[in-house]
Amino acid sequence: MAELTPPPVRRIALDADPTVIPPEEAINGNGHASAVRRPEAPRPGTVLERMRVEELSVAYGSKLAVNRVSIEVNRGEVLALIGPSGCGKTTLLRSLNRLVDGTASAARSGRILLDGNDIDFIDVTQLRRQVGMVFQQPNPFPMSIFDNIAYGLRERGSRKPSKRALEPAVHSALHRAGLLEEVKDDLQHPALRLSGGQQQRLCIARSLAVQPEVLLLDEPCSALDPISTGIIEELIAKLRTEIAIVIVTHNLQQAQRVADRVAFMYLGDLVEYGAAEQVFEAPQAMRTRDYVTGAFG
Amino acid sequence: MSATPATTPAPPPPAPPADAPPAQVEAPGYAPSWSVGDKIGVGLAWFAGLLLCVIAGSIVIYMLVRGIQYVSFDLLTKHPQPSLDQSKSGGFLDPIIGTFVLTILGTLIAAPLGVAIAVWLSEYGKPAWLARAVESGIEIVAGIPSIVLAIFGLLVFSNAAFGFLSFTAEGGAVFGRSFFTAGAMMGLLALPLVVGATREALQAIPIHVREASYALGKDRASTIRRVLLPAARPGIATGTSLGMGRIAGDTAIVVILLGASLQLQEENSFPILGDLKGTGSTLTSYVYNNSPAGEGNAPEKAYAAAFVLLAIVILLNFAVDLISRRRKVSWQS
Ligand SMILES: Nc1ncnc2c1ncn2[C@@H]1O[C@H](COP(=O)(O)OP(=O)(O)O)[C@@H](O)[C@H]1O
Ligand SMILES: [Mg+2]
Repeated sequence: MAELTPPPVRRIALDADPTVIPPEEAINGNGHASAVRRPEAPRPGTVLERMRVEELSVAYGSKLAVNRVSIEVNRGEVLALIGPSGCGKTTLLRSLNRLVDGTASAARSGRILLDGNDIDFIDVTQLRRQVGMVFQQPNPFPMSIFDNIAYGLRERGSRKPSKRALEPAVHSALHRAGLLEEVKDDLQHPALRLSGGQQQRLCIARSLAVQPEVLLLDEPCSALDPISTGIIEELIAKLRTEIAIVIVTHNLQQAQRVADRVAFMYLGDLVEYGAAEQVFEAPQAMRTRDYVTGAFG
Repeated sequence: MSATPATTPAPPPPAPPADAPPAQVEAPGYAPSWSVGDKIGVGLAWFAGLLLCVIAGSIVIYMLVRGIQYVSFDLLTKHPQPSLDQSKSGGFLDPIIGTFVLTILGTLIAAPLGVAIAVWLSEYGKPAWLARAVESGIEIVAGIPSIVLAIFGLLVFSNAAFGFLSFTAEGGAVFGRSFFTAGAMMGLLALPLVVGATREALQAIPIHVREASYALGKDRASTIRRVLLPAARPGIATGTSLGMGRIAGDTAIVVILLGASLQLQEENSFPILGDLKGTGSTLTSYVYNNSPAGEGNAPEKAYAAAFVLLAIVILLNFAVDLISRRRKVSWQS
C-alpha cells in the first residue's frame, strides 16, 4: 500500500508501452461504444512486463490442452483470457504458478519467465508467493478471518510470528481487497460464515497478503451474484495499478468491463491477442468475430 | 448405533376424491393406484420401522426402570467383594473405573493411528497397490469378531517379548492379560471407525481448497496440518466417539485379555503403570459375571451395571450426533 493509487478518473493511455496495441482513439474518444465501459487506464508509464509466456504447450496425456501460446503479463493492466469452455484457459492460468505440475498426467513445454527468470528454476514456494491465485469457487480455509489472511504469512521465517506482529499486514491485505470495513470487528469469526462475495474477496485478500506481483483469477465471479461481481470488478480495476492481473472469464461483458488486453483461445490455440478494444471491436480472426458477437460459445 | 428408526417411506397417497381428477395429473410422481404387492411392501416397511422404534424404546425404558430400581450411590462407589452373600458383595466402582481406563487407553491408540492411516490413504495413497492393501487390511480388521481379536491378542502378548506389558509368573511365563494388552486390542477394534470417519471427512474437502493452500506456496505437509486436519476435525471426533462406544461395549476382549478380576489388581505398587500392567474388569464383564449366566448370579447388580453402561454409551452417541450436526464447515459447490 506504499504506492498511491491514482484517483478514479477516466484516463486514456497517452504513451502506452509498445507491447500494448494502442486502443482505437475513435472508439474511446467519441464514446459511440458506450456499451464498453472502459475502466480508467493506468497511469502512463506504469505498464511493466512481469511475465512472459513463450511457446507454452500443455498436454494431459495425449490430449493437447494448450498449444504453443505466447503472451505477456504486465503490471498496470488486466489481461483477460476468454474462449469457450474447455479451450485451455484454466490450464494456461495454472501453468503460470506451476499448479498444473501437480496434475500427474500434465506435461508442459515452452518457457515461462517471471521478471526474466525461468519459473522452472525458481523455488516453487517463492514463485507462488509472487504469483497469487484466486479460484472459481470461494475457498476460505476453515479457520478465522484473521487466520485465513495470516496463513500465507506464517511459517515464513524460522519463528512463528505473533498475532500482534501480523496484525498490520492482515489489516492492509483486507483493506486492499475492500473487505476491512465489513469485517474489522469480526476478525476472529469463522471465514466460512461470510457471504459468497465476501468469501471471494477474502480469498483475494489472502493472496494479496503475501505481496504478489501477479494475481491470477480463474472465473472469480462465476459463483457470485451480480452485486458481488460488480464489487470484485471494481476491485480488479483498482488493483491493476499495483500488480499484474490475469483473469479467466467466460463472461464477455465482464471481459469488456475489466480488461485492458484480451487473449481469445479456441481448442488450445491462441486465436487472437491484443488490446481489449481491438479484440472486441475489430477482431482479426473469423472465430473471434463469431465468438464476440455471440455466434457460438 | 443410534436408536432412531430407519426412515419410513411416504405412505401411499389417499385415494383421490372422485371430483378431483386433476390432482393425479399434478403429481405425476405417484402411480395413480397402488398394486396389492406394493401396498404389502409399503406396509411391511412401515411395520419394520415401527417395530424397531418399539424395540429400541423398550430396551431403554426397561433398562431405565430396572436400573433406577436397583442402582444406588453405594453400588457406584463401593469396591466389589468376592462374596456369595449379595449384601456383602459390594458395588461396581472398579468396573466403572475399568471401563473408563480401557476406553481411554484404546482411544489413545486408535485415534492417532487411525488419523494417520486416513491421511495417508486420502492424501498420498501411493503406490496404489499398497493403498488397496491398507484398505483391505482396515476392512478385515473391521470384520474380525472381537473374541477372535482377543484370542489373538492373548497369543501375542503371552510372548516373552511382551512381558513388560503384564504379570510375569515365577517360572517366567507371561500372563498376557492386563489393561495394556486389552487396551491394545481395543485400539484395533476402534481403529476402522476412526479411519473411516476421518477419511470421509478428508474426501469431503474440495480439491481446490488444497490447491488454494499450494497456491500460497505451502507444501503438502503444512496443508495437511493447517488446513485439512482442522477441516476434518468433526469427522475425527465422530469416528473417535464411535470407537469409544465400541470399546465401552465390548465384552470378549475384557473377559479374555483384562483378566476380568473383580477388583483392580495392580502388578506392582508403581502408581499408574502398575495398575495398567495389572488386571481388572469393566461394566460389560461385571454384567456378564453377575447375570444368571455368570458365577456371581446377582441379577439386580447386573441390571444396575447394565443401566450405567447403557447411559455411558447413549451419552457417547449423543456426543456423536452433536458433533456431526455442528459440522457446518462446508464450501459452496
Ligand atoms: N486434469 C485434467 N486431466 C485431463 N484433462 C484435463 C484436465 N484438466 C483439463 N483437461 C482438459 O484440458 C482441456 C482444457 O481444459 P481447461 O484448461 O480447464 O479449459 P477451460 O478453463 O478453458 O474451460 C479440456 O479439454 C479438458 O477436458
Ligand atoms: Mg476453466
